Amino acid sequence: MDAHPASTPPVSAAPRAGIRLPGVGVGLGRGLVVLYLSLMVMLPLAAVVDASLSKGLDAFWSAVTGDQALAALKLTVVCSLIVVAINALFGTIIAWVLVRDEFPGKGAVNALIDLPFALPTIVAGLTLLTLYGAKSPIGLDVAGTRVAIVVALCFITLPFVVRSVQPLLMEMDREMEEASTSLGAGGFTTFRRIIFPNLLPGIVAGVMLAFARALGEYGSLILITGNLPFDTEVSSVFIRSQIESGNTAGAAAVSVVLLALSVLMLIAVGIVAHRGARR
Amino acid sequence: MGIAVEGAFKRFGDFQALDDVSIDVPDGSLTALLGPSGSGKSTLLRAIAGLEELDRGRVAINGSDATETPAQKREVGFVFQHYAAFKHMTVFGNVAFGLKIRKWDKAKISDRVHELLRLVQLDGLAERYPDQLSGGQRQRMALARALAVEPQVLLLDEPFGALDAKVRKDLRTWLRRLHDEMHVTTIFVTHDQEEAMDVAEQLVVMNQGRVEQSGTAGELYEHPANEFVMSFVGEVNRLGDHFVRPHDMDVSLDAGDGAEQAMVQRIVALGFEIRVEFVLGDGAEVWAQLTRTELQKLELREGQIVYLRPGQVKSFSSGDAEVSAAA
Amino acid sequence: MTASTPAKWGLRGLAFGYLGLLLLAPVGMIFYKTFEHGLGPPVEAMTSPEALHAIQLTLLMVAVAVPLNTIFGVGCALLLVRRRWWGNSIVDGIINLPFAVSPIVVGLSLYLLYGNTGWFGPTMAEWGIQVLFSWPGMVLASIFVSLPFVVRETVPVLREIGTEQEQAASTLGANGWQTFWRITLPAIRWGVAYGVVLTTARVLGEFGAVTIVSGSISGETETMPLFVAKAFEQFQEEAAYAGAIVLALLALTTLLLMSVGGRKAKASTTKEGF
Repeated sequence: MDAHPASTPPVSAAPRAGIRLPGVGVGLGRGLVVLYLSLMVMLPLAAVVDASLSKGLDAFWSAVTGDQALAALKLTVVCSLIVVAINALFGTIIAWVLVRDEFPGKGAVNALIDLPFALPTIVAGLTLLTLYGAKSPIGLDVAGTRVAIVVALCFITLPFVVRSVQPLLMEMDREMEEASTSLGAGGFTTFRRIIFPNLLPGIVAGVMLAFARALGEYGSLILITGNLPFDTEVSSVFIRSQIESGNTAGAAAVSVVLLALSVLMLIAVGIVAHRGARR
Repeated sequence: MGIAVEGAFKRFGDFQALDDVSIDVPDGSLTALLGPSGSGKSTLLRAIAGLEELDRGRVAINGSDATETPAQKREVGFVFQHYAAFKHMTVFGNVAFGLKIRKWDKAKISDRVHELLRLVQLDGLAERYPDQLSGGQRQRMALARALAVEPQVLLLDEPFGALDAKVRKDLRTWLRRLHDEMHVTTIFVTHDQEEAMDVAEQLVVMNQGRVEQSGTAGELYEHPANEFVMSFVGEVNRLGDHFVRPHDMDVSLDAGDGAEQAMVQRIVALGFEIRVEFVLGDGAEVWAQLTRTELQKLELREGQIVYLRPGQVKSFSSGDAEVSAAA
Repeated sequence: MTASTPAKWGLRGLAFGYLGLLLLAPVGMIFYKTFEHGLGPPVEAMTSPEALHAIQLTLLMVAVAVPLNTIFGVGCALLLVRRRWWGNSIVDGIINLPFAVSPIVVGLSLYLLYGNTGWFGPTMAEWGIQVLFSWPGMVLASIFVSLPFVVRETVPVLREIGTEQEQAASTLGANGWQTFWRITLPAIRWGVAYGVVLTTARVLGEFGAVTIVSGSISGETETMPLFVAKAFEQFQEEAAYAGAIVLALLALTTLLLMSVGGRKAKASTTKEGF
């Protein structure tokens, strides 16, 4: 079972026989589930959408396209893209080494990959700051720069691609590669033409999940980046500053944009997973 | 008494699993539901157990209408093809489950469980977990579990389907003996006609949701109601308009009335019997079962031309096969 | 195809280098920095009233949010897997939403609902319930962000074990509740346990949402992550690092449990013939 939040596989039709709960029980259960979800998830999100439009569509638009908001959004998206690209490459390499290679301590390394999931984001930021900040023992100080954003986001999103690619690599039919080799293809060609295309859905899914995660990241960034508007302020920090200055409508508007982007990513992942499952 | 099903209908989406099925299972008997995949036999069994709800029809167990009763209350013992063992419980725990639910006291449960484990020859394994048992042992545990609560009826859904051939044969005999001892009305589902004929007193042959015929093994073999039953319950060759059993095939070197010309393709010695494969004039392939003596008398060789006659035919009117009387 | 030896070492180098620079070195540094001056300072920092309160509050979050999400998670998984319904895919989608929401936005949403001018704020005030700037709001935030885990880890296990054991229990006389409690739940326990571990880790580490909802009032509404942040911002590095170590140790424990539990959860879904 992997920790990464890939989409739940499409829910298939329930079998006909099973625990025979009385009809009332099922209805009640469904009602409770819907109530819980509404209270805990839907209502809060509805409140955000409502607040974003509370001053009208024009206000929404100007809040989202304001200079500072746009700068933050641009920075967030660009950094996230860079980060997922880096992690797509290294994530695949790490997955490869974990699946195809043998070395002492492999189990520990494998478990360590989930560290960014288990570690509170504030602690993640602090640890990175210790090594790569002002008092860095190796003299590498990136605190307050955009590089810091990339470093922190790389940490946070490290597990996604690794965990999406690992199962694909493990399940991969070795015979395909053997057939390729027996037909004369060299190592790299086999990788390029046989292995890589089969890993691509995993890489894509991991990238999209990582992107959605990176867009909204907050805790690991606030200590290490300096949060200067127009320079090192990401959207989540911007939203926070808007809340603090009482501009909840503007904050909500930018939130809606972030939400929309992330939800789009999740839907896209679902589609990729669905297509992969059909093969 | 026993079990009676009347006018059962069950549909799954577009698929009609049971199409006006009625059967009668005498009290204390051992009956087999026999048929190919998709014939509805498992559905019928599960409907008797209450694990499927019928669209229409009645199920009566020991005289009382059980159609509306949930599975939980029908007091049927059910044994699944893949054992449905409670993985997280010991063998003892599995067998004791029904009794715990009925709140028997501990000492009584222990006695009964050990009694049953002795019966199914698993005593000594009470503290093991199902994954430490072989397939055959798991199935015996499942049987003990079902019998523990003294069910009125015992239902087995392809109980030996997941087991090796040898284990299957052993358990078959063992089930027979168990039934002789316990006399619980028992119905089991199988697609293996040999198994059915070996074990059951009564066979119900099903096909495409309908009952084709029911009777003893001998009745079905000697007097099949139609081509389906005939070919399902034994080997059948088609010779022109006739359906002939391989051992009823009359092979001779003389041409004559009603004889079909054939060429010997292959002679295979299968232990005691010889199987001789022929190809007819129209390209159809048939085979005959001969004893060694018969083979020697005819001195058959591959490529030889012979003449086949049906030694004994079955007559029934079905579609395109109007058959003549026995020779 | 295993890579040729130079390629193998090249890949290893890249992988270990990346992991070393990004994961190991920073975590190692934190441990070093905390205990740089011995055990004294960190222990002292962690036993200050504010720190103790922060630990208490964090544990309270866990004690409320995790059981709620677990009960919801198991119940929801049962409904999704064992029953057909047109609403199932919608429910499935909503359950994944928390992964798409920035913690800050979660905080904002709760502020909008329960603040003075919020949808429920005035009503709550009337009833004397304080949601924001107090632990209920923080619990709600924790529930939101950790909602999906138990469901998502239970669903595959539930699907995998199939319904035969439950049917068998039914024929043996067990009713719905007995079947669930004695048969289904034990069969899925490792999936559920794994989900609980993930949920707990998430609640422990939640920062962004809780920042907004709590007002970060020291000694009252500061969880451990908030404590660490505030300590650092106020140049109380000792305290910050000490708190970070506590959280890091909890995280490593989580990793261990995930590693063990994940394997068991996987094993319980691949056993055959049951």
